[in-house]
Parts: sequence; structure tokens; C-alpha cells
Amino acid sequence: MLREIFIKQTKWSVMKKLIFKEIDDLIIDSLGIVAFISFFVGGVVAIQTALNLTNPLIPKYLIGFATRQSVILEFAPTFISVIMAGKMGSFITSSIGTMRVTEQIDALEVMGVNSLNYLVFPKIIALLLYPFVIGISMFLGILGGWMAGVYGGFTSSAEFINGAQMDFIPFHIVYAFLKTLIFAMLLATIPSFHGYYMKGGALEVGKASTVSFVWTSVSIILFNYILTQLLLGA
Amino acid sequence: MIEIKNIEKSFGGTKILKGISTVFETGKTNLIIGQSGSGKTVLLKSLLGIHTPESGKICFDGRVYSELEPDEKRELRTEIGMVFQGSALFDSMTVEENVAFPLKMFTNDNKAKIKERVDFVLERVALTDAHSKLPSQISGGMQKRVAIARAIVNKPKYLFCDEPNSGLDPNTAILIDNLIKEITEEYDITTVINTHDMNSVMEIGERILFLKDGLKAWEGTKEEIFRTDNQAVVDFVYSSNLFKKVREAYLKD
Repeated sequence: MLREIFIKQTKWSVMKKLIFKEIDDLIIDSLGIVAFISFFVGGVVAIQTALNLTNPLIPKYLIGFATRQSVILEFAPTFISVIMAGKMGSFITSSIGTMRVTEQIDALEVMGVNSLNYLVFPKIIALLLYPFVIGISMFLGILGGWMAGVYGGFTSSAEFINGAQMDFIPFHIVYAFLKTLIFAMLLATIPSFHGYYMKGGALEVGKASTVSFVWTSVSIILFNYILTQLLLGA
Repeated sequence: MIEIKNIEKSFGGTKILKGISTVFETGKTNLIIGQSGSGKTVLLKSLLGIHTPESGKICFDGRVYSELEPDEKRELRTEIGMVFQGSALFDSMTVEENVAFPLKMFTNDNKAKIKERVDFVLERVALTDAHSKLPSQISGGMQKRVAIARAIVNKPKYLFCDEPNSGLDPNTAILIDNLIKEITEEYDITTVINTHDMNSVMEIGERILFLKDGLKAWEGTKEEIFRTDNQAVVDFVYSSNLFKKVREAYLKD
């Protein structure tokens, strides 16, 4: 499948429009839900950390530190990706699966179009912008934590910002975006595979979407473990 | 002309096509008929390259499909127009975009030239006021006409139709049949229609191939089908009282 995606390219004038459409469907349309979840989960992380700092000897700036570390290292890249496996993944599987069921993919093949390239390649290119979504998630997660911490009366703004800047390791950002790129490829290819090779009718489209969500989530979690071991564990 | 020689195809150990040979002539409407499960769709999909036969040859004007390089196969496919049973129009595109799709993909024509050709074929299939509508906003008969327009827009040499009348009312079905026949003659293309609609057989069946249990049980013209004594054909084609009476009247004349 992967080889077919990259050989016999669709005409650039057509592909360009497809890529912009996929950017709109997959990236732009995901920003709202990502922003909402990130802001509030960042807030919850800050509150939970604050509520667990019962020892008065532990400084309050740890709230900012813990929020930054949780959001940048795991919440934004990994858990937003699992959520996107549900949102983007089921959209990709059901749209390609419906095209399979209604013979639209056969129509492309009969015309001489490389249907895998036509359908999957623009999604892969569009998802190269996925780290941009995760960048927004990181920013809003920490912002949510700051607002919950400060306006909830758990810490002062200066303490939170101090903690958020403390012991900052730039490689953590590289690590987060590197795994985000790997997750983006998983998000583009696994749901496409389940949609493209499905058989049956409308019921099977629904089943394929569910199966694709499960496998994409499992792959993200597994790759997260492997990449963390490789990049941070060594 | 499409010539098929001794085509065999199995699925899961069950042989669906058992050595079919025939010729589909250019400029004529060639019909494949037979009961459900007789192998019609498998034969059509084998002709289209969607299924790969285990043995036999399919020749498109002398070009043996199985011996072509992948690029040559794709090139050949650009010469093929296909009308699917469910129309298979792209949901996210308007009628105009659906019809323009093969031109945008396979020609270097500019926008104005593409628009001119799309307008021409849509007018040819009597659809002049649906350009900006989505497939979900038009009727089944209109969808079939859009599918025909999309199939012929790139001036194909070969036109394949899978059950073009299924789900249509009798008037629309006749319109679609006549449209396919007119287009076949007008553009001198090789048209292969997979159908079990007996009205189509009587209306446009210039060459008819009858399949039974994966075998070629009979072939001939619509005139010959009235006179045939092949019991399998008689049982299938004249299963309704109406067609029995039509046949009796024809034979009396």
C-alpha cells in the first residue's frame, strides 16, 4: 500500500486542490476541539497538582513546572493524538470506506487514476501540518493551567511562570514534535488502510471506523513508549 | 473491438467464469445477460481490470491486457468509460466537477475548453440545469445521465455499463438505453452492457451474450433471440407471460 501511495502521482494541479481540502478537513476543522480540550485539561492538570501539594515546604512554582512538563511531554502530543484518532481517524476511514462501498474507488481505478495516491497522499501531506496543531495545544494547555492556577487562587502568576520556565530542556520540544510527526503518519495511514480495504456495506463502514480507531490508538500508545525509550531513556 | 479468449476466474475455490470466449464489436451495443450469480459482473470487472482472470486473454483492439506494462494499462484505462450500477459519482463534487474530472486528470486542456466540453456532453445527455448541484440533490435517473456524461467526456473507445437501468422507472430506463445506443453509434465505440432487464435486450441488444453458471450458454442478435430453441435462453428471457406473448406474436409474423 505505502509504495502505491507514492508512485504514479496525480497531476499537480489536481493534487494541490486535494491537499488544501485535506488541510481544511483534517487540520483547520480540528483546531476548535483541540483548543477546547487543551485549555481545560491544562487547567485541570494545574488544579490537580495544586491540590496534591499539601506539604507547605513544597514550592508553589511546581504547579507551573508540572503543568508544562505534563502538557509538552505527554498530554499535547500523545493524548491529543489519541483523541484525533477518533476524530480524524473515523472521518478518514468512513469517507474512504463510503467511497469503496459506493464504487467511487472502482470508478477512479477504471479511469486510470492511482486511487491510493489520489486519496491517501494528500492526507499525508496535510498531516505534515499536524505539529502546528500540537504546538497550539501546548500553548493553550499551559495557558489553561496558568489561568486555573492564578484565577483559582492556587498560585501567583509569577510563581507559575517561574515554574513553567524552570529547568527547561529544549530537547523535550524536539522529542514532542518528533513523536508528533510519527503520530501524524499513523493518523494518515492506518485509518486510510481500514477504509480502503474494507468490504461490505454501510454497517461495515461503521465497524471499520471503530476498528481503525482502536488500531490507531494502540499504535500511538506503542510508538509513544518506544520513542520515549529511544529518545529520553537512553 | 474487444476479444476475450477462454477467460477463467475463481473466488475461494469456486470457479465463477469457466472459459468464456467472445467478441464485443465496435459501434454496437453488446449485452451480457444471465441470472444473478451467472458471472456477468465478474466478467465485466475482469474486462475492466478490477479482477484478474486466472487464465485467458482480453484483447482491446489487439492489445492483450495481461501483457501490458502498468503504465500501458493505465493509459488503456483512460480510453475506457464506465457507468456503474449505483452511478459512483463523487459525492463531494458537483455535477459539473464530476463530468470535468477525467478531463482535469488526463488532459492539458485549459478551463475554458474543459467547460465547453462539459457543457456539450451535459447537453448531449439532456442535463442543462444541474451543473452546480451535488449528486445527492438530483434524482437516480439524472445521476445515471451524469455518469454517462462523465464516461463519454474524454471520448472513450470503450464504454462499459453495469446494470444502467436498475432502480429506474420504465420511461427513464428507455431514455437511458436509447442514449447509450445513440452514443455508441455516434462515437463508434465498443459498448458492453451488463443487464438482466429484458426491455433493454429487446430495445438495444445488437449483440447478446447469455451466461449460465459461468459458461457462455448462447450468443446472437436480438432477432435471433426470438427464434432460438436454446431452452436456457428461452426460460430466462421469456420467463414473463408478456415476453412469451411478444415472442409468439413475433414468430407468427
